[in-house]
Amino acid sequence: MVLQDIAEFSVKWLQILDENGKADEKLMPKLTEKQMLWLYEHMIFTRIFDEKAFKLQRQGRIGTYGQSLGQEAQVGTALALQEQDWVFPCFREHGIFLARGMPMVQYLQTWSGDERGAHIPEGVNMFTMAVPVATQIPHAVGFAWAKKLRKENAVAVVYFGDGATSRGDFHEGMNFAGTFKVPCVFVCQNNQWAISVPFSRQTAAKTVAQKAIAYGFDGIRVDGNDVFAVYLAVKDAVDKARSGGGPTLVECLTYRIGDHTTSDDAKKYRTEKEVDEWRKKDPIIRLEKYLTEKKILTDALKQEIAAKYEREVEEAVKKFELIEPPEPEEMFTNVYGVMPPELERQMKEAKGNAKQ
Amino acid sequence: MVQAINAALRQEMERDESVIVLGEDVGVDGGVFRVTDGLIKDFPDRIIDTPLAELGIIGTSIGLALGGMKPVAEIQFDGFVYSGLDQMISHMSRIRNRSRGRYKCPMVVRFPYGGGIKALEHHSEAMEALFAHIPGLKVVIPSTPYDAKGLLASAIRDPDPVIFMEPKRVYRAIKEDVPEEEYTIEIGKANIHKEGSDVTLIAWGSAVKMSLDVLDKIGDISVELIDLRTISPMDTETILNSVRKTGRVVIAHEEPQSFGTGAEIMARITERELLSLKAPIKRVTGYDVPTPYPKLENYYLPNVSRVTKAIQEVMKF
Repeated sequence: MVLQDIAEFSVKWLQILDENGKADEKLMPKLTEKQMLWLYEHMIFTRIFDEKAFKLQRQGRIGTYGQSLGQEAQVGTALALQEQDWVFPCFREHGIFLARGMPMVQYLQTWSGDERGAHIPEGVNMFTMAVPVATQIPHAVGFAWAKKLRKENAVAVVYFGDGATSRGDFHEGMNFAGTFKVPCVFVCQNNQWAISVPFSRQTAAKTVAQKAIAYGFDGIRVDGNDVFAVYLAVKDAVDKARSGGGPTLVECLTYRIGDHTTSDDAKKYRTEKEVDEWRKKDPIIRLEKYLTEKKILTDALKQEIAAKYEREVEEAVKKFELIEPPEPEEMFTNVYGVMPPELERQMKEAKGNAKQ
Repeated sequence: MVQAINAALRQEMERDESVIVLGEDVGVDGGVFRVTDGLIKDFPDRIIDTPLAELGIIGTSIGLALGGMKPVAEIQFDGFVYSGLDQMISHMSRIRNRSRGRYKCPMVVRFPYGGGIKALEHHSEAMEALFAHIPGLKVVIPSTPYDAKGLLASAIRDPDPVIFMEPKRVYRAIKEDVPEEEYTIEIGKANIHKEGSDVTLIAWGSAVKMSLDVLDKIGDISVELIDLRTISPMDTETILNSVRKTGRVVIAHEEPQSFGTGAEIMARITERELLSLKAPIKRVTGYDVPTPYPKLENYYLPNVSRVTKAIQEVMKF
C-alpha cells in the first residue's frame, strides 16, 4: 500500500548575529544606528537592573526574584512593537517591563511584595506579570481577539517559557488563536530549563516552533541570544498580525544562566560546563563586538551607557526604599468595584487589629 | 426561564455592542438547552461558536474583557466548568485586585446547574459554594423567569466578573409573563418571596419552586420564604432581619451539605443573631457524596417532604 502525503512541514531557524559578533548581512534587518544602540542600551539596562535586584534579594530588601541573566535579547521584541500594542508577560520579562516604560520603583515594589507596585501606569500598555505558568496565554489571545472585533489597530504579544508549552492553557490559547485568526504573537523564551526539568522532559518534539503548525499557523525558531534575529522574527510576526495575517509562534532558543529564582540552586541539576558553554553565547557580548566593529559603539560610549543605567537604577532603589509599607486597607480596596458590606466589616476589623 | 434568559441576552446585545456571547454550540444550534436560540440571526458576528475547550472559553473571555468587550461565556454543563477553575481563581477573580484597579474583568460565565432532569454523570452538579468561596467573584442564581432576565441584565452590566448559575430543572418548569421592557434586579440583594412570622425558609435556584410547594402544604405555620438570588456577596441584612422576626430558620439547597452555602448562612446568623434564635437551624441539602446518577437523584435532592419535616421540627422549640 502506498500512502499519500497529505501534509508536510518544515521548521525554519534564524540566526543573524553569531556568538563571535559576526552578522549575516544578507539577513540583517533594516535598523538605524540609533535603533541598534537602543537595543544595546536596553540590554545593558536589563542586566544592570537584574544584577541589582538579585543583590537586593540577597540583602533581604526584596523577596524571591527570578533573574533574566542571559536572556536580555528579549528586548528585541519590544523594539518590534508599536505603542498601541499590548504585551502579556510572565515573570522573567524584566527587559520588556523596562523597555515598555514600567517605572523601576514600582517594579521593585512588586518584587518586594507590595501589591501597589502592580498598578501599571496609564500609557504603559502591558498586563501585570502572570505567575501561574502559561495562564496568560489565553488572555493575550482573547485580548487580540477583542482588538480584531473592535477593529482597533493593536497586536498582543505573549511571553512564556518552554515549561508553559506543556500546559493546557498553551494548547487552548494557540488553538483559539489559529481558529479565530487573531493578531497575537506567541514568544516562547525557551531557556531550556523549567526549574530542574530540561526541555527534553517537556516534549518529545524537536522544537517548540513546530507546534504552531498543528494549530494552523507559522512557527519559527530563532537564536534567542541574537537580538537581531529576535527583533526580525517578531517584527515580521507583528507586521503579519497587524495586516490581518493571524498569529505566529516565535521560539527564542536561549539559556537561563541564573538559577530559576533566588530560592533555587541550579548546581543540583545541571553542570557548570553546560552553563559555561552558554556564557560564551552571551547576547550582550556578541552585540558589543558587532557594534564596536561597526564603530557604532566606542569604549567611551560603552562606559557612558553603563554609568547612566547604574545611576538610574541606584536612584530608583533609593526612592523605592523610602516607600512606606502599605496599610491593611490595601488588601480590601480593589477586590470589587463596589465593596460589599461583609468586606467592609472585615476591613474595619483588620484596621482595628492593626492598631492593637 | 430559557426565553427570559434569551430575552436578556438579546436586550443587552442591542443595548451595548461590546456584549458578545461565546461557547460551545451557542450559535447555529442555539445552545443545547436553546438558551441562545435565534440570536445568531440578529448578531451573526457576536454569537460565537468556540472550540470545545472550557479553559479556552474562560481564559480568552478574560482577555476579551481586558480588551474592551463584555463577554458572556456559556459553559454547556455544570460539570464541565472545572477545567476553567484555574483561570477563574488565578485571574478572572483577581484582575482588579492584582492590578490595583488598573484593569477590570467585566464578564459573565453562565451555565446550567443542578439535578432533576435525569442527565448523565457530570451534568447535574450544584457547587455554588465552590465559586462563592473565591474572593472577587459574584455568584448569582435566579429562581424564576422574571428574576433570570433582570439578574442577567445586571450581571452583564456589572463591572466585575459574575458566575451566573441557571437551575436547569426549572428552565421550562415555571411559566410567567416577563415584561418586554428593560429592567434590572440588583445583585447582592435577597428577595422576600413571601412574608411570614414563624419560620424563615432560605432557598435559591431550583429549591425556591420546591419551597413554594412546601408553603402550599404546610398548613397553619407562617413561613417567610427568602430567595437568596445572590450567593456572593450575600445579603446578610435581609436574613438577619427575618431571623429577628421568626427566630427559626430552615435552609434548603441542592449542593453538598458540608462547607456549603448553608453553613455560611448559619455562621452569620449565629455570630450576629444567636440570641434571636428559638430553635437550632436546620439544613435540608444534598449529601456529601458525588452527585448521584439519575436513579438516586430523588433521594439526594431536597424535596417537599424533607423541607416540610424540617420546618415541623424547628416549630417544636
